[in-house]
Amino acid sequence: MCLGIPMRVVKIEGSEGVVESGGLSRKANFSLIKSVALGDYVLLHAGFAIERIKPGEAKKTLKLLRDL
Amino acid sequence: MEVCGTHTMAIFRYGLRELLPANIRLISGPGCPVCVTPNRYLDKAIALAGTEGVTVATFGDMMRVPGSRSSLERERSKGASIRAVYSTDDALAMARSHPEREIVFLGVGFETTAPTVASSIIEALREGISNYSVLCGHKTMPEVMGALLAAGGVDVDGFLLPGHVSAIIGTSPYRFLANRYNKRSVVAGFEPLDIMQSILMLIRQRRPVVQVQYKRVIEEGGNRIAQVMMAKVFRKSDDLWRGIGKVRDSGYKIRREYASFDADLRFRPKPCREKEAGGCICGSVLRGVKIPSDCRLFGKSCTPDHPVGSCMVSGEGTCAAYYRYGGRR
Repeated sequence: MCLGIPMRVVKIEGSEGVVESGGLSRKANFSLIKSVALGDYVLLHAGFAIERIKPGEAKKTLKLLRDL
Repeated sequence: MEVCGTHTMAIFRYGLRELLPANIRLISGPGCPVCVTPNRYLDKAIALAGTEGVTVATFGDMMRVPGSRSSLERERSKGASIRAVYSTDDALAMARSHPEREIVFLGVGFETTAPTVASSIIEALREGISNYSVLCGHKTMPEVMGALLAAGGVDVDGFLLPGHVSAIIGTSPYRFLANRYNKRSVVAGFEPLDIMQSILMLIRQRRPVVQVQYKRVIEEGGNRIAQVMMAKVFRKSDDLWRGIGKVRDSGYKIRREYASFDADLRFRPKPCREKEAGGCICGSVLRGVKIPSDCRLFGKSCTPDHPVGSCMVSGEGTCAAYYRYGGRR
């Protein structure tokens, strides 16, 4: 499923860690992404972070949608 | 056409069809990996669940899918050892804490999920876990889109491309849609405005190209680490899609070097004789040539409570979406 949920990185332990969103936290596997830092937002799919979410691009998209 | 079950559901959930003018038609394509998994795979999974010492671990949405004669859920209620898991990490944890059991993971999903399974095999090898294997049923998107266009029969001007599959594979695998078939495409996010903006971008394309709307997630080259991991563990192979038939190079098989993690080779599961449910038109629905309300079983003998075909069972199946949201067009 394409169901990927944006979640914030709150703990990193090697290639694993914990992500959280809306008060819910989950174990996450970071072996599929390059570098991850505390506070980063990642897309979580089946327990794996599959991509970082780019805050700059998110802001740009939001502005575009507001301007529509 | 959208080719992602999550897009199908989002379009329904947010009532996007009703917001669009009548001259824009959204068609659902084969976007649900569970729905396109053939009976034979389910039958093999059921055979494995009935094997002494084997515990089958699977994503939850496979549990209720009907195979030729039964389903994993029904087998579990008869005592078979089957567990729903959220992640391959959970399946590996089971293998570690139950060395006396053989854990077989059902590898179903497109390119968003396949890297997580590849990662689990690499990890199992690294740790020396010898009681973990995968029944590999992963399929890939670009080839089936090409097969649908080559077969004709579906009148499509453009595609909403799957956001998270594309996060993994990037945009270049879709270039043939524009170059060979003159079709427009846009990689779309999953919020209602993402989808609407993507439709607008499709309409505005002066000549067919592959664009990205979902810029906050998509890198043009995709996720290189995931791609390398998949290439290491899997090789491309012709594969059978429910309702569509054989599609060249559209599936993954586990490479010889990882044969000990290949449940097919390890257990040689004997499936029961394959049988398709009579009257079920999932195939035509998956190809986008029919809609669920065209099916004589829809809403009568086939509902989410007692599904006949995979498109009704899966949380992302087109029939389930139409049923839940009362779709008519």
